[in-house]
Amino acid sequence: MKKILLSLVLAFGVVAGVRASGGDSIAWDKAPNKTNDLAALQHGAKLFVNHCLNCHSAAFMRYNRLKDIGLTEQQIKDNLLFTTEKVGDTMKSNIDPKQAKEWFGATPPDLTLIARSRSGSGGSGADYLYTYMRTFYRDETKATGWNNLAFPNVGMPHVLWEMQGVRKPIYEEHEGHGGHATKVFKGWEQVTPGTVSPLEYDQAIGDLVGYLQWMGEPAQNTRVRLGVWVLLFLGCFMVIAWRLNASFWKDIK
Amino acid sequence: MANFKEISPDAPVAEKLLNWVDNRFPASKLYKEHLSEYYAPKNFNFWYFFGSLALLVLVIQIVTGIFLVMHYKPDAAQAFASVEYIMRDVPWGWLIRYMHSTGASAFFIVVYMHMFRGLIYGSYRKPRELVWIFGCAIFLCLMAEAFMGYLLPWGQMSYWGAQVIVNLFAAIPFVGPDLALLIRGDYVVSDATLNRFFSFHVIAVPLVLLGLVVAHIIALHEVGSNNPDGVEIKGPNAPKDANGHPLDGIPFHPYYSVHDILGVTGFLVVFSAIIFFAPEFGGYFLEYNNFIPADPLKTPLHIAPVWYFTPFYSMLRAITSEMMYALILCVLAGAYFGAVRTQLSQIIKGGVVGAAVVVSVLMLSIDAKFWGVLVMGGAVIILFFLPWLDNCAVKSIRYRPDWHKYLYGIFVINFVILAYLGTQPPSPIGERVSQVGTLFYFGFFLLMPWWSTIGETKPVPDRVTFTPH
Repeated sequence: MKKILLSLVLAFGVVAGVRASGGDSIAWDKAPNKTNDLAALQHGAKLFVNHCLNCHSAAFMRYNRLKDIGLTEQQIKDNLLFTTEKVGDTMKSNIDPKQAKEWFGATPPDLTLIARSRSGSGGSGADYLYTYMRTFYRDETKATGWNNLAFPNVGMPHVLWEMQGVRKPIYEEHEGHGGHATKVFKGWEQVTPGTVSPLEYDQAIGDLVGYLQWMGEPAQNTRVRLGVWVLLFLGCFMVIAWRLNASFWKDIK
Repeated sequence: MANFKEISPDAPVAEKLLNWVDNRFPASKLYKEHLSEYYAPKNFNFWYFFGSLALLVLVIQIVTGIFLVMHYKPDAAQAFASVEYIMRDVPWGWLIRYMHSTGASAFFIVVYMHMFRGLIYGSYRKPRELVWIFGCAIFLCLMAEAFMGYLLPWGQMSYWGAQVIVNLFAAIPFVGPDLALLIRGDYVVSDATLNRFFSFHVIAVPLVLLGLVVAHIIALHEVGSNNPDGVEIKGPNAPKDANGHPLDGIPFHPYYSVHDILGVTGFLVVFSAIIFFAPEFGGYFLEYNNFIPADPLKTPLHIAPVWYFTPFYSMLRAITSEMMYALILCVLAGAYFGAVRTQLSQIIKGGVVGAAVVVSVLMLSIDAKFWGVLVMGGAVIILFFLPWLDNCAVKSIRYRPDWHKYLYGIFVINFVILAYLGTQPPSPIGERVSQVGTLFYFGFFLLMPWWSTIGETKPVPDRVTFTPH
C-alpha cells in the first residue's frame, strides 16, 4: 500500500512538473479575505454601486440582500439605489449592451459571479480581481488609453484612475534561450499622484474585492458557520454509531 | 391462491394488521429475504461500505433533485438565472444545490470504489456475472445522467462540454451527423438540447437507473454476497448450522445495518465537509468557468469535462492519427498470435487474418476521431466482459500471485494519471503518457485471459478469515 501511494505521489510529481513550466501573464497577488468584515463590505458595496454599476450589472444580486452586510433597507434606498426604485430589484446597469460593445469592444460582463468564475490555477477569483484592479497602466496605443498587466489588452478603462493616479510598469530585460531578450516585470513608477495613497488604494480595492467575493455567494459565511455545527453533530453521532456497531458485533465470533 | 394464515383474535392490533397485509402482500417475506434473514459473510471490510453508500447517494440525488426541479427553469434564457435564484433567493436553496452538485461527484467516487472492490475480490466471477453486468449498466446510466445533468446550469462549461461530447457522435461514419442532430435537436447545442437533456435527466434515465438498481440487488440476493476471501459461504459444501444457515454468514439486519450506519456517518463527515467548506472542491466539482453563463459565440480556451469523465476523455484524446499506427500494430500482432500460435481450424485462422486486414484498412481510412470515440466507449463496455476475461483459479486478490497485486496497483495509478491528464490542456508529453496509459488500460483487460492464469495462486481457506471485533 505504501509503495502504491509513493508511486502515485511520484507520478503526480512528474506530471505536475511538466505542467508548471508554462504561464504568460503576471503572478496574482493574494487578496485579503474581508467577507466577514462588515465595514469593509459596506465600503466595497459603495465603491461597487458608484463605479462598477455604471457599465456592469450584477443581475442575480438583489439590492435588499445588502441587509446581510449590515445595511438597513432605508440606508440602501437612500444611498445605493441609482438604477432602480425598488429595493427588491436586482442590480442592473443602465448601459445599453450594444453601445457598450461599440465603445469597449466587448459587453462588460455581469459581475455577480465574477469572483467565482475568475478562479484558476493562479489563485482565487478574488486574487485575480485584486491584482487586476491594481495593475492598470497608461497605454496610448489602446482606444481607451489604458492597458492592464493581469488582463493584457483589456477593453475596460481604468475607472478608478483618479484614486490611484497614473502609473507605468518598469521592465527588466533578460537574456533568454537562443539570445531572445525577454521583458520581465519589475515594479511600478508613479507618473502622477492619485487622490489617495497607494496603501489606501490597495485597501479600497481589498474592500471592493471583498464585496465582489461576498456577492458571488452571499450565503458563504452562513454555510461555513453551519458546517461547523453539522460536523460537530456528526462527530458526536459517529461515537454513538461506533458504540452501537460494537455492541452488536461483540457477539460475532 | 395461497393459504390464508389465521391468528388468534386476542393478538395485538399491530400483529393482526401485519397478518392482514402478509395475506395479501409478501411484506414479512421480503423483509426476511432481503434484511433479517439475508445472510452476508461476516468478514466484510471497509470496501463493503460503498454499496450501501451508493444507494444513499442515489436517494440524496433524487430527493435534492425533486426540490431543485421546483425552482429550476429548463429554458436557455432562464436556466442560468434560475440556478442563481436557487443559490440566493430560495430558502436553503444553496444547500440543496450543493448537496446535488457534490452528490454527483460523490456518486462517482463511491461507485468507482465499489467497482474496484468488485475487481480485486473477484465479485464478478461465477455465479455473480449478472450482478456485475447490472452494475456496469448502472455505471453507464450514471454517466449519461451526469453528462445530461451537467448541461442544466447552462454555464460555459455546461454548454461547451456538451457541444464537444455531442459532436463526437458526428464522427461515426454515415449516420454520425444525423445522430448528433438527433441528440441536440438543433445544429448547435441550444434550448432544444437543454429541454431534452432536462427530460432525460429528471425522468428517463432515473427510471432506468432505479430499475437497474433493483435488478442489481435482486440478483445479488439470489446468489449471495462475495467477500474479501472469495469463499462461497452458501455453497453445497460450505459449513452450515442446524437451521441450514451458513456458519460464516450473519443476518444483514441488524449486523450490517448498524455497520452501515457507521459507514454512512463517516461518509457524511466527508460529504458535509465538502458541501460546507469547499463546495467547488478547487474547481473539480464545480468548474469555475461554469459560473459564466453559456455563450455560444465564445469558446473557452480550455474545455475539460468534470473529473469523473476525464480518464475516458484522456483515452479519447490519446487516439491521434499517429496513435492509429500503434493500434494497427496491436491488431496485426493479435492476428499473428491467432493465426500462428493457436490450434484453431484453418477457416477460423483465415477469418482472423482477414478480419485484421479489413480492420487495419478501416483504421487507415476512417478519421482517428471516430476510433477515439470507439476507444472511449470501449473503455466502459469492456467492463461488461470482465467475468469472462478473468481466468485466474481464485477469485480474491488475497490468494492471487503477489505480482497480480502490483498489476492492480499500476492499473489504479494509470487510471488516476489518465484522469489527471484529462483535466489538463493538451500537451505533447501528456499526449504520450495518455497513449501509453490507454494501451495499458486495454492491455490489462484484453490480455487478462492470458496473464490471469500465470503465477502460483495461494491456497484458499475453507472458511472466511475473521477476527472478532
